[in-house]
Amino acid sequence: MNRQPRQTADRRNRGAGRNRTSLRAVLASYRAHHLKVARDSARRLLEAPVASAMTWAVMGIALALPVGLLLLLASLQGISAGWESAARITVYLEDRASGESAGQLQGELAGRDDVADVVLIHRDQALAEFRANSGLEEALDYLDENPLPHTLLVTPVDDARTAAGVDRLAAELESLDLVTRVQVDLGWLQRLAAITDLIARAVWVLTILLAAAVILVIGNTIRLAIENRRDEILVAKLVGGTDAFVRRPFLYTGAWYGLGGGVVAVLILQFAIWWLNGSVRELAVLYNSEFSLSGLPLDGALGLLVVAVAMGWAGAWLAVRRHLDAIEPGEIAGAG
Amino acid sequence: MIEFRQVTKRYDSDHTALRHVSFDLDRGELAFLTGHSGAGKSTLLKLILLMERPTAGEVRVGGQLLNTMPRRQIPYVRRHIGAVFQNHQLLFDRTVFDNVAMPLEVMGVSHDDIGRRVRAALDKVGLLSKEKMNPVQLSGGEQQRVGIARAVVNKPPVLLADEPTGNLDPELSADIMHLFEQFSQVGVTVLIATHDIALIESMGRRRLTLSRGELRTGRPVMAGGGA
Repeated sequence: MNRQPRQTADRRNRGAGRNRTSLRAVLASYRAHHLKVARDSARRLLEAPVASAMTWAVMGIALALPVGLLLLLASLQGISAGWESAARITVYLEDRASGESAGQLQGELAGRDDVADVVLIHRDQALAEFRANSGLEEALDYLDENPLPHTLLVTPVDDARTAAGVDRLAAELESLDLVTRVQVDLGWLQRLAAITDLIARAVWVLTILLAAAVILVIGNTIRLAIENRRDEILVAKLVGGTDAFVRRPFLYTGAWYGLGGGVVAVLILQFAIWWLNGSVRELAVLYNSEFSLSGLPLDGALGLLVVAVAMGWAGAWLAVRRHLDAIEPGEIAGAG
Repeated sequence: MIEFRQVTKRYDSDHTALRHVSFDLDRGELAFLTGHSGAGKSTLLKLILLMERPTAGEVRVGGQLLNTMPRRQIPYVRRHIGAVFQNHQLLFDRTVFDNVAMPLEVMGVSHDDIGRRVRAALDKVGLLSKEKMNPVQLSGGEQQRVGIARAVVNKPPVLLADEPTGNLDPELSADIMHLFEQFSQVGVTVLIATHDIALIESMGRRRLTLSRGELRTGRPVMAGGGA
């Protein structure tokens, strides 16, 4: 016999104080038992397809709702990220700046490495636009001179379009001669960010509440299953079944409920996104936007399934902790 | 194998089920526990199975003191005690085979061993041909024998029976008792609670008689198996 593997096996088993074959047999039997329990639990659920499907549907809906909202939120955050890159800096020049010096400054700024584009809005042009758009035409007629300065619209290069890069550029521009004020037009972006942040918090509150609801629904379903299998629990305890042994089928049942609920949730989400995206794209086209709802990526779907299984298991654990320990075979032999 | 030392069991409502009960059962001994219903027979069996704890006194099984046994250890004590009940406590959602296999399953016995040992136990009680049937399809006597097969399938050193012949006619009862005798012959300590006096007389074994929770016995308690 080959010596090497035997030595490593011995070393591995030393802590357990068992010889190799018996430990292996115990592990094999343990695994076989888990498989059997998992299979039996699944079979029981499938034997009552309507009841199981209803639990799956309840769980699927309760999971799909917050996850769908989180996806929507991610899409919204995608927009604000996209628009942030289009940030422009508005540079107002001093009143004394002439049209020529403004044009000269435009040329200087356009030559900078971190500036992609500079548009000059002449004060006369600005006044004309203001007159046309504001509805204050008559009021403006009372003014002796044009109150508006020359304005430069500076678009940073891609690399500089981070919040820090834009800030730095804005500060440098502000320090220039002839510049009176610099405005970074992020106000509405900040408002959008604040709104998405608020929605995000609301969604998380909803998520937590629905997660609690899911766990309670599973817990209650498992409680009924425990009642239905009372005799079996009594006998298992009577013949020396440990608490872990008695709990196991119910924990597996909870996990199966979770898995089924997760699958339903993924299906609901994929269908809802597919259905909504048609209208969303039409709307986005009207707004000249590339916006579309992001679907559930594969790893997200797998993550959702894992979370759903964990929640089913947790719900079962709650029910089992509360109800299983209370079933003791004391009543079996009758009073006397 | 089973030792009771001045065991008292009092339930909450001033009801004392057992008073100062002391006895010993040796390895391989077969004894009957008798008394009126309500005399404390079931309570005594429950103390051995750790379904109840004594109010006072000491209960030992296989030398282990059960009084202070932590809850987590209870399953491991029960694996050494086979129990047979008047109402069988069989599960009707599975086959005879699966019923008998339960004590082995909780112990984590491998699949192959379970098959071998369950069939050996069913063979012992003469039901090997019915392993695939549901216990519902069996007669009362057969159901009781399935219960016995389940109680002995993991070869426990102690076997308890609570009214095992309660619903059976005399002939079947004698069969069942004969099975219990065979187990005691291979070293199993057997304690049978019954009020089937005729049966007890015919067996001529040791008899523990409970009356209002006290042990009254005409025969010497410390005497050996045959009495």
